Amino acid sequence: MSGIKDGVSRRGLMKGGAAAAAIGTAPLVFSRRAWAEKFRNDPGNAKSIKLGFNVPQTGAYADEGADELRAYKLAVKHLNGEGDGGLLTTMKPKSLKGNGVLGKKVEYVTGDTQTKSDAARASAKRMIEKDGVIMFSGGSSSGVAIAVQSLAQEMGVIFMCGLTHSNDTTGKDKRRYGFRHFFNAYMSGKALAPVLKETMGGERKAYHLTADYTWGWTQEESIKNSTEALGWKTVKAVRTPLGAGDFSQYITPVLNSGADVLILNHYGKDMVNSLTQAVQFGLRDKQVNGKSFEIVVPLYSRLMAQGAGKNIKGILGTTNWNWSLKDEGSKAFVKSFGQEYGFPPSQAAHTCYVQTLLYANACEMAGTFYPPEVIKALEGFKFDGMGNGPTEYRAADHQCFKSVLVVKGNEKPTSKFDLLEVVKEVPRSEVEYDPKIFGGELGPYKV
Amino acid sequence: MAKFLRNDLVVLAIFAVVVLAMPIWLQPLGAGYPDLLQRFAIYGIFAIGFNILFGLTGYLSFGHAAFLGVGSYAAVWSFKLLSLNVIPAVMLSIVVAGLFAAVIGFICLRRSGIYFSILTLAFAQMSYNLAYSVLTPITNGETGLRVLRADPRVIDGMLGVDAKGVLVTDLFGISMSGYSGFYFCAAMLIIGFFFAMRIMRSPFGMMLKAIKSNQNRMSYTGFNTRPYALAAFVISGMYAGLAGALLAATDPLAGAERMQWTASGEVVLMTILGGAGTLVGPFLGAGIIKYFENIFSAFNQQALNQAFSFLPEWLQDIVVGVISPFVGEGWHLTLGVVFMLIVIFLPGGLMEGFRRLGRLFTSGGNGPDRRKAASPAAQPQAAE
Repeated sequence: MSGIKDGVSRRGLMKGGAAAAAIGTAPLVFSRRAWAEKFRNDPGNAKSIKLGFNVPQTGAYADEGADELRAYKLAVKHLNGEGDGGLLTTMKPKSLKGNGVLGKKVEYVTGDTQTKSDAARASAKRMIEKDGVIMFSGGSSSGVAIAVQSLAQEMGVIFMCGLTHSNDTTGKDKRRYGFRHFFNAYMSGKALAPVLKETMGGERKAYHLTADYTWGWTQEESIKNSTEALGWKTVKAVRTPLGAGDFSQYITPVLNSGADVLILNHYGKDMVNSLTQAVQFGLRDKQVNGKSFEIVVPLYSRLMAQGAGKNIKGILGTTNWNWSLKDEGSKAFVKSFGQEYGFPPSQAAHTCYVQTLLYANACEMAGTFYPPEVIKALEGFKFDGMGNGPTEYRAADHQCFKSVLVVKGNEKPTSKFDLLEVVKEVPRSEVEYDPKIFGGELGPYKV
Repeated sequence: MAKFLRNDLVVLAIFAVVVLAMPIWLQPLGAGYPDLLQRFAIYGIFAIGFNILFGLTGYLSFGHAAFLGVGSYAAVWSFKLLSLNVIPAVMLSIVVAGLFAAVIGFICLRRSGIYFSILTLAFAQMSYNLAYSVLTPITNGETGLRVLRADPRVIDGMLGVDAKGVLVTDLFGISMSGYSGFYFCAAMLIIGFFFAMRIMRSPFGMMLKAIKSNQNRMSYTGFNTRPYALAAFVISGMYAGLAGALLAATDPLAGAERMQWTASGEVVLMTILGGAGTLVGPFLGAGIIKYFENIFSAFNQQALNQAFSFLPEWLQDIVVGVISPFVGEGWHLTLGVVFMLIVIFLPGGLMEGFRRLGRLFTSGGNGPDRRKAASPAAQPQAAE
């Protein structure tokens, strides 16, 4: 019993110390708010700033989340002038100096979104209210991205989307405080359709299996629109719950549906499971309507390809970026990521890394952390050397426009990372669209 | 002192002061920020309500999260269709959750013990899966139900209130995010606590405890136990509905994951951790679990290294290496260990621990003998 009593008093002492520190620093908070333009989590005269990295560490998208976190840590390192500088050496135009952001050292806090909107918002709120982050980032699920993006607007803290592919993120749910570097389902459809026509012809019957949330819905719609424009027919579109694990009950009906193409609007572990099961059920060996049965995975990633193993050979899809690209930016990023972790980065890692740098660069351009000014610096920002060629952050919907990669599961991989083969690099002009088609409004600069 | 604490009004006053002062005394623990404080209050309500069923009647419901989810959806629909004011949302949620509980309770209470638990679990899991599949027009599935600019909001429209810019719920103009949101939840918690206290002290509460101690004996004496159990079930469902409404009020987004069986299990853990059948215990348990979930899960390698930077480097590496599996992603592990320790050594939950400590101070060396008498878990705990 005396042990317990000691423990309590020791803790009491620590509490007291922390309380004294809190009271001691409280006046600083008030005094610095007094003269600066008022905004949430203003770093003021502090020597460092905090960024929040909110990624799925558990759930169907955990693999992507882990890779995103690696990229964020690397980005922070490079921003602080440590390591080999990565994309800081190739980015053009660049305002960053490699001494932190606006002379302040970059620190970070992490959180687990659990791939759930609720948990993601709670975690983001913790970062904003408790840790005082000036910007937060993360992703892997569009449902989560949209939920925390509207939180960003309510709170007045900028959110740099990580991996989110739904049209809604920069479409009907776009927000002034949210920015997306990743491409979207519409672009996937536009880029993929001509390749599908070339390889599979203009008369196909497609069957969709779709993850039942915003991303799946918009991807299904975009792929449907662009394949039906080719002359394809859509036999059926079935919604499957996120993280279902077992897809056999959804795949069996495909066999007798008369369809000759299966389109898997799945991502992460869901895609690994559904694709593996579809192959196990012998779909790819079947002949339907006189044509051999094909599977398409519109959104691909190397991590998923790794999970699905040899089942992905020859399967078509699109991706935002792949480590095998040969431009200066991609080479620099793959090199420094490889040195740090011993394997090449995924597209999720790439987009998260780039987003962090873009935010930091915008702060340098604006000369302040005041969000409305940083947002204005990012809007319409044109840059190059970040791995996707010339890219523009469109001001009207905060969506980046750049070329899109159509890829295929590599038939003869030379290493265990060499899983995707780039079939075609579709230029920006072919995937661009009018921002008005998705509706939505960005909202005010000042909140 | 003990006599003094037996006065309900005094207990209520102390409880109110402690709850309202949470932003101050939780600050040094790193938990004094609005979002977590709101969660403490909301899950406190949820656990206190659950305790009315489990703590008093002994019926272990494994599906209480369904009512929380239903409450959230009802509240968000009220924000969409009626008004961004939280009052109609709270009322609507309580009513809807109560009705839902009446239906489910009517069916499930035909069985008791493990069969009752399994039935409630089945219903909750059914609601969860329905919310994801058939009911997506109402629940918006995985994306979650959100308040949109284009929603009708009939009452706001009639009163000419126009939500400009950001859509935030309010209480007659007071925004429900941040500290004002917490104080609203805290007020609801105190009211909920008061009602729970009145119920425990009432003849109705005595009936519920009688169901727990021996339902057969109670029926032999001529009481029909089912209406009492059903009433307790509906009341605790309404508490869950209130908690769901507050979750939606402080953050206008409702997702189906709130109804998942893990969420139902969580409230059981909260109640047992704090002390089933006690007044304050469930709130305490809720606070501890939410603290672990939000604070422990956020410790990362970097934070640990900073915390132990005063040690020599080799020792720092060892200490960080030992602790890191228990924080961050591993917070469940810590919670599991704590839960096991409590169930093994303090079957009556934390409240039993406090009682033992209290006894130790008041009656010196007599502690061990009395402890023996108090320990069997099956014995109903006195309402404290």
